[in-house]
Amino acid sequence: MTAFEPKIVAFLCNWCSYAGADLAGVSRIQYAPNIRIIRVPCSGRINPFYIIKALQNGVDGVLVSGCHPGDCHYLSGNFFARRRFALVKRFLEYVGIEPERVQFSWVSAAEGPRFAQIIERVTSDIKRLGPLAYFRKDGAGTEKVK
Amino acid sequence: MNSMQDELIKTVAKLLKDHTVDLFIGYEQGTLPLQTSPCFLTAEEDAKRLVWNSLCANNLAVYLPRLMPDRSNARYKRIGVLCKGCDSRSVAGLIKEKQVARDRVFVLGIACPGIVDKKKIAGLMKGTEIDGVEETADEIIVNTRDSSRCFKKKELLYECCADCTHPSPLLHDAFIGKENAAPRAPQADARVREFSSKERAGRWKVFEAELSRCIRCYACRNACPNCYCRECFAEETKPAWIGVTDDLSDIMFYHMGRILHQAGRCVDCGACVRACPMDIDLRLFTRVLVDEVQERFGYEPGLSLEESAPLATYRAEDKQEFMTEPE
Repeated sequence: MTAFEPKIVAFLCNWCSYAGADLAGVSRIQYAPNIRIIRVPCSGRINPFYIIKALQNGVDGVLVSGCHPGDCHYLSGNFFARRRFALVKRFLEYVGIEPERVQFSWVSAAEGPRFAQIIERVTSDIKRLGPLAYFRKDGAGTEKVK
Repeated sequence: MNSMQDELIKTVAKLLKDHTVDLFIGYEQGTLPLQTSPCFLTAEEDAKRLVWNSLCANNLAVYLPRLMPDRSNARYKRIGVLCKGCDSRSVAGLIKEKQVARDRVFVLGIACPGIVDKKKIAGLMKGTEIDGVEETADEIIVNTRDSSRCFKKKELLYECCADCTHPSPLLHDAFIGKENAAPRAPQADARVREFSSKERAGRWKVFEAELSRCIRCYACRNACPNCYCRECFAEETKPAWIGVTDDLSDIMFYHMGRILHQAGRCVDCGACVRACPMDIDLRLFTRVLVDEVQERFGYEPGLSLEESAPLATYRAEDKQEFMTEPE
């Protein structure tokens, strides 16, 4: 049996984290190949539904990353996002989704190494948890409770 | 209690007579003894239909966005609505979110002693047919064909009423009963705390078990004053967030979505819980964000018209202990 390789969706803001990922790439920094990047204009663009929908459709974890507070290209998008993220994180954890499955981070365009470290961390967290075996739409692991 | 009802009828009759309001929304006796139902009055002489008792549960603010002149319906210049503490906070929320214009709604506040859960009474009566109920200040007397039983109201309150921090309406244009502005101290819900202390898989199991009873009738949404969207995400087709299925995963998505949409807006009036035909313990899941918003942002919805909604504002120093840092 091969080791479990999680599938992770990373929503990266166009201005900082996406550029940070690019820098990690052009700097030839090695990091886990488990993320699928989706570029968004701003971390404030993230609708909590995107996160839940991703989990429902079979990813094992979600990372949302944006500019550091104060550095938002749109000045305050990430501040608003941070408030939403706090509530989403609390709620998902409360109903029983492991907190490591949904993570949030700040990565600037100059932080290639930091981007790689964060991806390593998120990937190892989710590897430790194993595949998401509940809530999935394809029914894997979700048994109907009668 | 009866003197309050008399005062209510008198006040509403005057409001309608003077054309202060064109429509008044209150409660009338329902078709069953434990039931009150919303009533919509336009004529002075109808005011006598109004009732006020411990069974006036519905949050009447839910009707305002649908009837409001600003939203395509110009039939009523000003609508009067009877509001308990929680209902008035809902109205304040609607005004803040610009669904209702302040000068087009007349809030008739009423001192709320807490509402009695009729399902609890029915449960205690074990299926015996109830002919009628009477009330005293602290007790409710249930009459059946051959006997009558007396219950303490305090023990029959809805859970959200027992935990209520603002029983007296804050926003009002007129008031019935004794005003008591002093709020009870808000406290994190004990059941939420207990549920949080369970281990993760157990919490998910309860969440799953509760929601597996859901028949997706959307009554929880329809009863909620905050759910005024003309097109709800639940019915949206582009994108189709939720399949038209009875898949548990879709049901859970709907509830997670609904609850997240209520973050920082839910006044914990219990309308969704009362509306649920399957008796799903929705409050266990909605209440956590009420507490979290209070704790994190120091915000309670519906207390003022000026304070910005917690998700429509920010502070640079907001806590961010949950953010991931490299190891």
